Amino acid sequence: MSREQLVVERARRAFQTGMSKPLKFRVHQLKNLHRFIIERRKDIADAVKKDLNKTEHSTELFETLGLEGEIDVAVERLAEWAAPRPVEKSLLTILDEVYIQPEPLGVVLIIGAWNYPWAVTLQPLVAAIAAGNAAVVKPSEVSSHSAKVMEELLPLYLDKELYPVVCGGVSETQELLRQRFDHIFYTGNSTVGKLVMEAAARHLTPVTLELGGKSPCYIDKDVDLRVACRRITWGKFVNCGQTCIAPDYILCEPSIQNRVVEEIRKCITEFYTDDPKTFEDYGRIINQRHFQRVMSLLEGSTVAIGGDSDQSQCYIAPTVLKDVTGGSKVMQEEIFGPLLPIVTVSGVDEAIQFINEREKPLALYVFSPDNKLIRRVIAETSSGALVANDCLVHFTVSALPFGGVGNSGMGRYHSQHGFDQLSHLRACLIKKLNLEDANAMRYPPHTAKKLGWARFFFLKRVNLRQLRRMALLALFSAMASFVVQRFLR
Amino acid sequence: MEMQVVQRARETFLTGKSRPLEFRVQQLKSLQRMITDRQGEIATALKQDINRSQYDTPLLELIGLENEISLAVSKLAQWAAPRPVEKSLLTIRDQVYIQPEPLGVVLIIGAWNYPWALTLQPLVGAIAAGNAAVVKPSELSEYSASLLKALLPRYLDQELYPVVCGGVSETQELLRQRFDHIFYTGNSTVGKLVMEAAARHLTPVTLELGGKSPCYIDKDVDLRVACRRITWGKFVNCGQTCIAPDYILCEPSIQNRVVEGIRQTLLEFYGPDPKSSPDYGRIINQRHFNRVMALLDGYTAALGGQSDSSQRYIAPTVVKDVPPHARLMQEEIFGPLLPIVTVSDIDDAIHFISEREKPLAIYVFSSNKKVIKRMLAETTSGGVTVNDVMMHYTLNSLPFGGVGQSGTGRYHGKHTFDQFSHHRACLVKSLGMEGVNMPRYPPQNHQKARRVRLAMRTPLVDFSKGTYIWAVTASIVALGLLVALTVILILAAGVSCTCW
Repeated sequence: MSREQLVVERARRAFQTGMSKPLKFRVHQLKNLHRFIIERRKDIADAVKKDLNKTEHSTELFETLGLEGEIDVAVERLAEWAAPRPVEKSLLTILDEVYIQPEPLGVVLIIGAWNYPWAVTLQPLVAAIAAGNAAVVKPSEVSSHSAKVMEELLPLYLDKELYPVVCGGVSETQELLRQRFDHIFYTGNSTVGKLVMEAAARHLTPVTLELGGKSPCYIDKDVDLRVACRRITWGKFVNCGQTCIAPDYILCEPSIQNRVVEEIRKCITEFYTDDPKTFEDYGRIINQRHFQRVMSLLEGSTVAIGGDSDQSQCYIAPTVLKDVTGGSKVMQEEIFGPLLPIVTVSGVDEAIQFINEREKPLALYVFSPDNKLIRRVIAETSSGALVANDCLVHFTVSALPFGGVGNSGMGRYHSQHGFDQLSHLRACLIKKLNLEDANAMRYPPHTAKKLGWARFFFLKRVNLRQLRRMALLALFSAMASFVVQRFLR
Repeated sequence: MEMQVVQRARETFLTGKSRPLEFRVQQLKSLQRMITDRQGEIATALKQDINRSQYDTPLLELIGLENEISLAVSKLAQWAAPRPVEKSLLTIRDQVYIQPEPLGVVLIIGAWNYPWALTLQPLVGAIAAGNAAVVKPSELSEYSASLLKALLPRYLDQELYPVVCGGVSETQELLRQRFDHIFYTGNSTVGKLVMEAAARHLTPVTLELGGKSPCYIDKDVDLRVACRRITWGKFVNCGQTCIAPDYILCEPSIQNRVVEGIRQTLLEFYGPDPKSSPDYGRIINQRHFNRVMALLDGYTAALGGQSDSSQRYIAPTVVKDVPPHARLMQEEIFGPLLPIVTVSDIDDAIHFISEREKPLAIYVFSSNKKVIKRMLAETTSGGVTVNDVMMHYTLNSLPFGGVGQSGTGRYHGKHTFDQFSHHRACLVKSLGMEGVNMPRYPPQNHQKARRVRLAMRTPLVDFSKGTYIWAVTASIVALGLLVALTVILILAAGVSCTCW
């Protein structure tokens, strides 16, 4: 038996004892996770610095703050989320208990990514724990320092058998994917996403795939370019462009292209100084392979800003490319690096067409002061999410579901969406054994008259909320009239 | 051919034709008309397919369908509208909402046991959500399939909602095409193949599969009523229902009374000779007939057991004392055989159920709240009905679907609409208030980090219209009550009021 097989079996046995179900246990584990983040802040920051050259503040801002927020929301709302959810009744079920009961699925597999190794691996874990599951956590081996810290330290805070951490590369992941899970949560690219779903299909395991794509960023010519470019620059070059929801490329009219370039140049200098290479808040490409990949995308495009690099450090300067066409190399795949191509379009019509010709992206950004234009873009395109006049921030709005559509993924998480995604929402109908005569209309031998009754009862919709309101109103009026008669005669 | 059909559906979808709410409502109303106008033909097709009685057709298929259509028509505007979500201090001046959107072209693969309900109910949701839909009815219910192929194009848009008939190879060809969602109703084996095919295009799936749905009868329950309800659920459609009570679990002490209760009910429902009852169905085809009869091998029926291969008739059959390893207990029966497995108590029953794959439904008959609570808490299944069978299917506010081997995803009512929609997160900010954003930009330092931390950890507040209106109304009413109370107290205290 392989190591992976043993780990999964142990997790399943632990789940079957029922220990992960009580709300108190889940809250306790979540609070432990919170303690982990706070107590081991330094270990986490050091690991991320070694992996991605991120500063401590950046790590907090982009990885642990969101995580802490998710844990807080889960702890606060768990009782509400896990409680039975009553639903609307029909005339036939008016005396019955009808509700949806969230239940744990069982053993969940969480495959993390390397670009935000903590946020993207542990946020799904928060949802898994909150929903009462066991979870096998497989951090990305590409962010090796973070994976190691997670493997060493997480078992000191969370239950070792319910939430084991399994490290390893491709073959270990494949071995894991051969095991049977009750849900697989994968963050990464579409190619591996397909393999994950195929492996899941063999066990009929539902999946959540948080993938990527080229997230377009349309800049309207009438927008305040100073603010727009600032937000775009921030969104693009954070983590050295290695963000699944980074604005991948810009679409704008040729008349504003030069101004866009100028504004971005100003922001780059403001954020990262004249020499980003020596500035501590500017990150690095994760490894040589991705460095080569990103550098090769420059082929055939005109560099307007940056373009320099240092292979020994996996450093690529914040780079902007002008007059890029749809056929350029840089427009063929998700960049996932600090190259920002600008593709010129004649207006919003062409921009919408350009976007729709391509796969549905994970995020779509529109910068415009015109609400009508924004609404048009929303109506005529599709994407995982849409943010107008800013970048990335929808990730932090926990009430919004975070996920893709089409090639950018399936399923969603964050806050209650994550809880629901990793739960089974079981339909429950509790009837009584009396009133059996009412059932006569459904039993054979059938007659037209019985059918008539069945039609009436099934098709008559009862709006219970309205009935209740009217009953309350009637009661209130009765009380009011009584009071008036009695005391105000 | 399949590729062209899908291509045409996609091209038509891309024109935006299926998006306007009026169009969707018009199509749904047209579908309603088809069901009402053609009820007779549909009943005839079902009689030929599966010997469905003329009353069972509306009862089991059409009324539910009509219900779904009228719900969708009346609620579509509400379902398709933007759904505001809670805001935090950082987003207090922004528009934050979830916008449901059509996915594109969906594939609906129907089943043969309820060929109209199981093929058209998903279609209702697909149309309501603004998609195009390729409908592939099951070839096993061939009369219904060819009737659907003839009728649907006369009522619905032919290019957006084409019907593709055919067998295994046509279905495989369809599955090679790219869809934006695949909705499959059937068995787990094919379910896995559907999901594998979908994986190649990263297409999300809804799989409504099956399994062995256990039915636990507590020894202290009113057996007369329990047996009536179970008998109805089991033998409807000749046992060919995905949520039929597959087998009974009860204590040995009540087994004979259970058999007796079922026997009496069968007499009441189908008379002494079910074969001649117009309300008793037949097995869909010879293959399934042989399959079901083979399950009976080596066991003596306590009730029934007779069959007639020429008619694909199997009598309502009950088998007692079935051991867990029997063939009857290895696969979903999907036929009119009802095994009774004895268990020593509720612990044994829970253990028995939990050892097996998660079923599509679990049924519990008990008047003891504690027993019910335990059963629900210690098992899992797609859905549960307590003290009756199958009825959770009929309430469209409940999500209908499986878990584990019994399926993934859910539908009925609004759930179908949601399943066939993409819930796009929308955040519309303004370009003002840039000062608030300053702490997030590099260069980073302690003060900035602290400010961001504070800003992001604000509580979430529900600013939706509903809550707002409720809050205002409640305040006004409360104020009014306070004023009234004060007036009453003053008057009761005897203060004279010259204005009276």
